[in-house]
Amino acid sequence: MMNEDRRSFLKKTGRAAVGLGLGLPILEAACSRPRAGAAGAASSRQWAMVIDVEKCLRDEVRSACAQACHRAHNVPRIPDSEEEVKWIWSEDFEAVFPDQAHAHLPDSLKDKPVLVLCNHCTHPACVKVCPTKATWKREKDGIVMMDMHRCIGCRYCMAACPYGARSFNWQDPRPYLERPIRPEFPTREKGVVEKCNFCAERLRDGREPACVEATKNVPGGEGALTFGDLSEPNSNVCALLRKRRTIVRKLSAGTGPNVFYIV
Amino acid sequence: MRDKGRIIVGLVVFVVLVTYPLWNNLGAAENTSPPELALPKDKTHCIEEKEYMTANHMDLLNKWRDAVVRNGDRYYTSQSFGERYEMSLTKTCMNCHNDREKFCIRCHDYANVQPSCWGCHVEPKETE
Amino acid sequence: MLENAFRGSKRYWLLLGFWVLLIVPGLAAYALQMADGLTVTGMSRDVTWGLYIAQFTFLVGVAASAVMVVLPYYLHNYKAFGRMVILGEFLAVAAVAMCTLFIFVDLGQPRRVLNVLLHPAPNSVMFWDMMVLSGYLLLNLVIGCVTFDAERKGAPPPRWAKWLVYLSIPWAISIHTVTAFLYSGLAARPFWMTAILAPRFLASAFASGPSLLIILALILRKFTRFDAGKEAIGKLAVIVAYAMAINLFFVLVELFTGLYSGMPHHVDHFEYLFVGLHGHAALAPWMWVCEILTVGCVVLLLFPGVRANEKLLAPLCLAVIVAIWIEKGIAMVVAAFIPSPLGKVTEYAPTAPEIVITIGVYAIGFLILTVLYKMVLTVRGRLEVT
Repeated sequence: MMNEDRRSFLKKTGRAAVGLGLGLPILEAACSRPRAGAAGAASSRQWAMVIDVEKCLRDEVRSACAQACHRAHNVPRIPDSEEEVKWIWSEDFEAVFPDQAHAHLPDSLKDKPVLVLCNHCTHPACVKVCPTKATWKREKDGIVMMDMHRCIGCRYCMAACPYGARSFNWQDPRPYLERPIRPEFPTREKGVVEKCNFCAERLRDGREPACVEATKNVPGGEGALTFGDLSEPNSNVCALLRKRRTIVRKLSAGTGPNVFYIV
Repeated sequence: MRDKGRIIVGLVVFVVLVTYPLWNNLGAAENTSPPELALPKDKTHCIEEKEYMTANHMDLLNKWRDAVVRNGDRYYTSQSFGERYEMSLTKTCMNCHNDREKFCIRCHDYANVQPSCWGCHVEPKETE
Repeated sequence: MLENAFRGSKRYWLLLGFWVLLIVPGLAAYALQMADGLTVTGMSRDVTWGLYIAQFTFLVGVAASAVMVVLPYYLHNYKAFGRMVILGEFLAVAAVAMCTLFIFVDLGQPRRVLNVLLHPAPNSVMFWDMMVLSGYLLLNLVIGCVTFDAERKGAPPPRWAKWLVYLSIPWAISIHTVTAFLYSGLAARPFWMTAILAPRFLASAFASGPSLLIILALILRKFTRFDAGKEAIGKLAVIVAYAMAINLFFVLVELFTGLYSGMPHHVDHFEYLFVGLHGHAALAPWMWVCEILTVGCVVLLLFPGVRANEKLLAPLCLAVIVAIWIEKGIAMVVAAFIPSPLGKVTEYAPTAPEIVITIGVYAIGFLILTVLYKMVLTVRGRLEVT
């Protein structure tokens, strides 16, 4: 008789514990959602970039971009190419635009290097799949951000990105950082994903992204990269997009990339 | 009571395991009084009152993190003093509390907490 | 009930000891992975999912396959499965436990795994996968324990247990469908983005799961007094035959659509798998073995005489498991990453720590299975004597 009572008590306690364990987080999430929305649509921008492929053909321009970006963000230089971490780099035209790479490309494009980075898409596939919202599209400025504190390192975003824009820290990146480490931007731990963040921390200070600024410091690099607000009809990017013909990567994927290429 | 031997052995093992934190740390504490912290010389107060910061600095940092990373906000107004600060662990907090060993580590060692901030957040003077 | 697992023959303890012997190096290798990061595995920037996630995919199928014994027994009163049902349910429990462990060991920041619950993201299929798998684990544990406890007492199970069983049937289908949706909704990976992925998963699950169940039943009959019954095993063999045939059909359908269309982003992945791409062909031998085994099994299992002959059935079931393990546990996950979205071919091969951890997780699953089956056997043995 005593045994049955103890058993049923334990069962009830167990059920209560399970209920609380499952119920409380869901309750919290449901209650916290309004808070996230309220933060606000005061000014909602969409940062975008226009890359002039011809102006970026020169090595000095492209390596200045990559150097500036990787230096500004303490991006590690991993010797093993299978584990490299890169935010902005160059690939051949045929690899970047496979749906444009027919057999009779002009010499100006055939086998030519093109800068690639995260496209900060309007309908980002990576954001759709992240199970913790460690990557999400910021309403305020349209940047697809990474929250390094929340990322669990499942790499689903990397599987979902049609552009191969994301890198994972397979090991501790500290030994591979260029010294002196810049304290202005935190480094990352092993086990999290990272990618270009459109220099959100610099934009906040009213500065341009590091890559854009770097090209301006290279002789003849002016206009290679143009960065501005797509939602502002009179911005530099909108004006440029109205004048020049541009293409985007993998248009048919429906992700709506916000990095445009003048070819 | 065929299993008396096994039960007693099991009990002894259990007691040893359960009291592990007590006997393992015997004599390990170097001081039994709260640690002396090296405070920044040129400032009279922190973001908020000392008692509040001691108890809630982690909570404040988490709120700052969400505000900066997730909302793109920048400034925080102190509730005790009304001053405006940029929400940044490295640029604001570590700017004054720049000696990790004599400030952060001393207190966290005493409280036996291992925060993992410095794995990513680089101290202004630690650049090697 | 569980106390029966603490008393057993020497063979039982030796078996448990054997699993522990495999778990310990797995734990050591995982400690290495925790210290150094996932660099100890063979995954790379291009191939970001490997052995761990592939095992997860294969085992979700095994877990879902419990429905193949539950459905006939509970919905259609197919009495022959009576002794088998609890084996299927407990196999599902062990399989889902292994699934969870494989996800866990694959994470870069496993300490943060609870973020999935603290910050739910209903837009993410992975969030839903975690929900349905946890629910399925709970369902099968409760159903298994409650129905088995009732059997032990000689009483019918409580009425509400029947409703849980009815729930577990679509739930089993859903776990593997949701797992397929993890893959089949990604525009970035044309190899996965096919509507037939979920049906393929289910077909291969219903071939590999019951095959494993047959082998387990045969092992139990050989080494213990437990006999699932010739009719039950025979019926399961029929299910395997049909499921394998449907799976082969689905594979051929996929090959046709991909290859006949001639579209590079479809053709490339199949080309890599079967003949290699740009000189890289590491998976080709595996694929041919897989397809030869598949066709062979489908043909042979068609013959009732073959199915009835246990000396032939056992190796055929093993062949089915191996073929589907290659298909799901090696090829399916890795091939979607080769070539990469930028057209690069980076091959993948698991490293030693990765393999040791994988074996360790399997050993944990088999340990759970051994303990649960021992409980079933001991209680049933006592019931049959009285």
